[in-house]
Amino acid sequence: MNAAALPIISIMLAIPMVAAIACLFVRAETARVLALGATLLNLLLGAWLWVSYDPAGAQWQFVESLQLFGPIGWKLGIDGISLTLIMLSVFLMPICIGASWHAIDKRVGEYMAAFLLMETLMIGVFAAQDLLLFYIFFEAGLIPMYLIIGIWGGAERIYASYKFFLYTLLGSVVMLIAMLWMIQTAGTADIPTLLNTDFPVEAQKWLWLAFFASFAVKMPMWPVHTWLPDAHVQAPTAGSVILAGVLLKMGGYGFLRFSLPMFPEASADFIPLVFGLSMVAVVYTSLVALVQSDMKKLIAYSSVAHMAIVTVGLFTFNQQGIEGAIIVMLSHGLVSGALFLCVGVIYDRLHTREISRYGGLSINMPKYALLFMLFTMASVGLPGTSGFVGEFLSLAGAYKVSTWATLIATTGIILGAGYMLYLYLRIAFGEQKNADAAAMSDIDGREMWLLAPIAAAVLWMGVYPESFLAPIRRDVATIVERIERAAPAGDSKLKANDPTTAKYRVGGHGEEKNKAEGSHH
Amino acid sequence: MTSIHIIVFLPLLAALIAGLGQRFIGAVAAKTITTAGLFTACLLSWPIFISFLTGDEKAYVQPVMTWVQSGALSFNWELRVDALTAVMLVVITTVSALVHLYSWGYMEEDPDQPRFFAYLSLFTFAMLMLVTANNLVQMFFGWEGVGLASYLLIGFWYKKPSANAAAIKAFVVNRVGDLGFMLGIFGVFWLFGTVSIPDILAAAPDKVGSSIGFLGYRVDTMSLLCVLLFIGAMGKSAQLGLHTWLPDAMEGPTPVSALIHAATMVTAGVFMVCRLSPLFETSQFALDVVTIVGATTAIFAATVGLVQTDIKRVIAYSTCSQLGYMFFAAGTGAYGAAMFHLFTHAFFKALLFLGAGSVIHAMHHEQDMRYYGGLRKHIPLTFWAMMAGTLAITGVGIVGVGGFAGFYSKDAIIEAAFASSSTYHMYGFAIGVVAALLTSFYSWRLMFLTFFGKPRWAGSEHIQHAVHDDHHHGDDHAHHGGHADHGDGTAGYHPHESPLPMLIPLAVLTLGAVFAGFLFHGAFIEAETGKEFWANSTLYFNEHLMHAMHEVPLWVKLSSTVAMLVGLSVAYLMYQRSEDAPQKLATMFAPLYRFFLNKWYFDELYNLIFVRPAFWFGRLFWQQGDIGIIDRFGPNGSAAVVSFTSRMAVRLQSGYLYTYALVMLLGLVAAVSWMMVKA
Repeated sequence: MNAAALPIISIMLAIPMVAAIACLFVRAETARVLALGATLLNLLLGAWLWVSYDPAGAQWQFVESLQLFGPIGWKLGIDGISLTLIMLSVFLMPICIGASWHAIDKRVGEYMAAFLLMETLMIGVFAAQDLLLFYIFFEAGLIPMYLIIGIWGGAERIYASYKFFLYTLLGSVVMLIAMLWMIQTAGTADIPTLLNTDFPVEAQKWLWLAFFASFAVKMPMWPVHTWLPDAHVQAPTAGSVILAGVLLKMGGYGFLRFSLPMFPEASADFIPLVFGLSMVAVVYTSLVALVQSDMKKLIAYSSVAHMAIVTVGLFTFNQQGIEGAIIVMLSHGLVSGALFLCVGVIYDRLHTREISRYGGLSINMPKYALLFMLFTMASVGLPGTSGFVGEFLSLAGAYKVSTWATLIATTGIILGAGYMLYLYLRIAFGEQKNADAAAMSDIDGREMWLLAPIAAAVLWMGVYPESFLAPIRRDVATIVERIERAAPAGDSKLKANDPTTAKYRVGGHGEEKNKAEGSHH
Repeated sequence: MTSIHIIVFLPLLAALIAGLGQRFIGAVAAKTITTAGLFTACLLSWPIFISFLTGDEKAYVQPVMTWVQSGALSFNWELRVDALTAVMLVVITTVSALVHLYSWGYMEEDPDQPRFFAYLSLFTFAMLMLVTANNLVQMFFGWEGVGLASYLLIGFWYKKPSANAAAIKAFVVNRVGDLGFMLGIFGVFWLFGTVSIPDILAAAPDKVGSSIGFLGYRVDTMSLLCVLLFIGAMGKSAQLGLHTWLPDAMEGPTPVSALIHAATMVTAGVFMVCRLSPLFETSQFALDVVTIVGATTAIFAATVGLVQTDIKRVIAYSTCSQLGYMFFAAGTGAYGAAMFHLFTHAFFKALLFLGAGSVIHAMHHEQDMRYYGGLRKHIPLTFWAMMAGTLAITGVGIVGVGGFAGFYSKDAIIEAAFASSSTYHMYGFAIGVVAALLTSFYSWRLMFLTFFGKPRWAGSEHIQHAVHDDHHHGDDHAHHGGHADHGDGTAGYHPHESPLPMLIPLAVLTLGAVFAGFLFHGAFIEAETGKEFWANSTLYFNEHLMHAMHEVPLWVKLSSTVAMLVGLSVAYLMYQRSEDAPQKLATMFAPLYRFFLNKWYFDELYNLIFVRPAFWFGRLFWQQGDIGIIDRFGPNGSAAVVSFTSRMAVRLQSGYLYTYALVMLLGLVAAVSWMMVKA
């Protein structure tokens, strides 16, 4: 652990930044190779970070601190939660570059630069230890995404990029004001310090709402989700992958890093709001997903439903719910990213997102059909895939707080099966009714290299999630401990010897039936 | 590495090799590897079962790997082996091995055989994980795994729209049950602090008498948890209300129906109730629910089975009905009898399905019994196998002497229901007897329509196609435009007996249908020997009830035999003596006939109240909610915003993008700095 000697996080921020600048000045082919090299290098550094992270060590590791101009400090450091999300980011980046290899042929250098800049900003968000530094990374992340949609997007890209920008920016303005107030009150912008600062309960409410305005849009929660389907539909494939894969996780990360530990009382007070919106989101957006005829829109709506499980899990105030929510975030990052890649594979061949233009792809694209089936099942939350572990833990945690919310949120497993299998049916099963779709070739080596690593990660996380649970365990426990004082009572309290339900008991029949209670001899 | 590891993981390995490596190893190798894997698993399973029968083996748990540790909630991959597991092991691996072998013949002409065999082996793995689970979550893993395999196999012929629809229906309806299962697991975890099955069963009696909150109500704790878990069992075992997927699942190839939708997967619900029987024993309410649902399903499915004309659907409803028997046996406390019926049923029902497959194979994929008839002489081996299956399912035997497999298990259920002191035991008993009559009727109706009487093949389009293809170069004119008539109803078609790979499984299962009851009733249901056998499992064996079962009056013991004879006689009269009796009866009781024929209108009802509203609400939320309200009053709201959009658009197009982006970032930093300095 020579973190002091080597500012590894700064290096991970610098590599893509330098490569981004270089990309602006080189030819298309060179830019592609350069971008791939830089992201792969960052992936290696990320792996090194993961291996050398000590789950039993200090809460904040690889800490760097440097006072910049004015009040903003260059303070970086990660705990296990940050680590897993940084891993997700650096894992998906080379895949995004690979997905854009042939699909993007205009202004390639600028495109690669935008993606590399995005990588810097994403890692920055998860590693920032200074409130304002976090804010800058958090909001600046908008810009490259806005460019990616606005320049390399589809026909309606202008409307989509504007909608995306407007929604996310409006939310963040309020958060900025709240942050400034916090810094003023606490006298520091240092996040580890703020995590242990108790703000007055009355002020917490306003602060919580201000942060909520920004994070709810980023999540996105119902009803501020309508930017997402448009953004996804118009974004190029890799843009969708990074949007669904990482950008949507920033909202959940925000709730976890700020809202919960900094405003525990307010968080508890607003549980009904969060659960209410999440319950609506699960049912509402799942049903909307069911009637979509555009593949990307369908998956975008399914993302909203999945992220609602995250918000439910986060606000359970217990270990299972929060760990589950983090696993859902990681799993959804992989699975929805992979699903968008799957869409991209056939979009590249036929240039349409209309579901009805495909059909019977199992016949001419068997390898594709198999991988698509795996990701469909992971999205549905089949045990043995990553989707199950997170969903199960989140909902298990939620049961302790509210049986109603759990019941409604769990209907997502029925509705999810409905819209995903219906999608799969229309794309991969049935007769080959469209001649052009029937003539498409199966996935090639490059596409296999994009999808196979995600498939492996999805199964790994499903069968042996301990690799991902171990680094976050202690950090989640710290948060749970911190917010315990405000934890809700829940609606499933046990009451011993309740006479009102006595008639249902075997004991009430006077006959000795219970094996464990007595003998039959 | 013990034999249980090999039994469970060999089918998975075989499935992966056959499924992923088919391109490299070829179809024959893929089929050989999966089949050999299953026969190996089967050969290793029987010694385990026998050592539990002889009492040489005690229950044990083999660890495999860590799965999830989250706070107090932890569950690992482990393999639990006890008497209950051992019973399921032999059922699963035996039927699966035979079905693999059978498929060599049945699927011979299919171009996609490696995929089929890979799915079969994958299913077997998931089913084995289910029955070896030592905690509820691994059980749920197997539960969903078999659901996936079932989905893939029902939709195996994925070009057929009906097969695809049936596959989705099976998965989604099962998920409704899974919702209950999951809530049950959550409730169990927060109550007991564990999901380990033995720990839960040990702690359950302490919670008797407590109440718990649920959806704002205060309910009896154990009743709530048992009912939630039972909802899961209802989905998987196709009990009334969640049964609609099972008849449609017959779209899958027939070997699949035999393995998944008769012998193994659909019995998972019964297995779950027996596995958790000490838990169910803590709530009379839950037991009553199990009894009523089971008995009602038994009679419901039997009535529908009376009038179906598709040979596979008759057997499917029969399965549904027999599962109902198993459940009400469990509900009245006779878990041993439930498991015994599960065991014998696996053999004779797999036999009936594979026999039906052999008939379908012989009749060129015709499944409508109205176009069968007189097949006894053409496919005699299939006929005798089906006869054994029918004698077994209708419970033919002589009280005090012996009989076919179903005679032991079904009579045990009916007698135990009579002897039980459970609240609704007489409901179970009465329905058990009536359903036995109906079972006998529809089973013999199937036999008479298929194997007896005169051939009615000429009406079948499948047969006409077959004949037409055969005579392609011959008398084309004679076959033109419709049904050729050779005067004997055969249309000139000659059914052939199935090949050896299909006949061997029929022969082995015939042995099971004849002897399984006689050989194993001691271990499963006799008070003394049963107690010793089940002591090595979590199954709650009520020896008092098993004693009482033998003390029931003679009329009770004879009732099911009488019911069987009445059913046989009526079927004989209707389908052998007077050919137009079914027609007349159908006209006479037209409303009732239509009600049964349309399966009590469950599909229509569900379409009306669930499927269509789901799509309707989906469109409403999308068009009116998202676009009509949220976007209209949100981002598209004000005129100012619209002009902002157009200005932005202009900038984007005119290439001021970078300037803009840079200005924004710098502006942000400047604003923050300024505010900080001011502060």
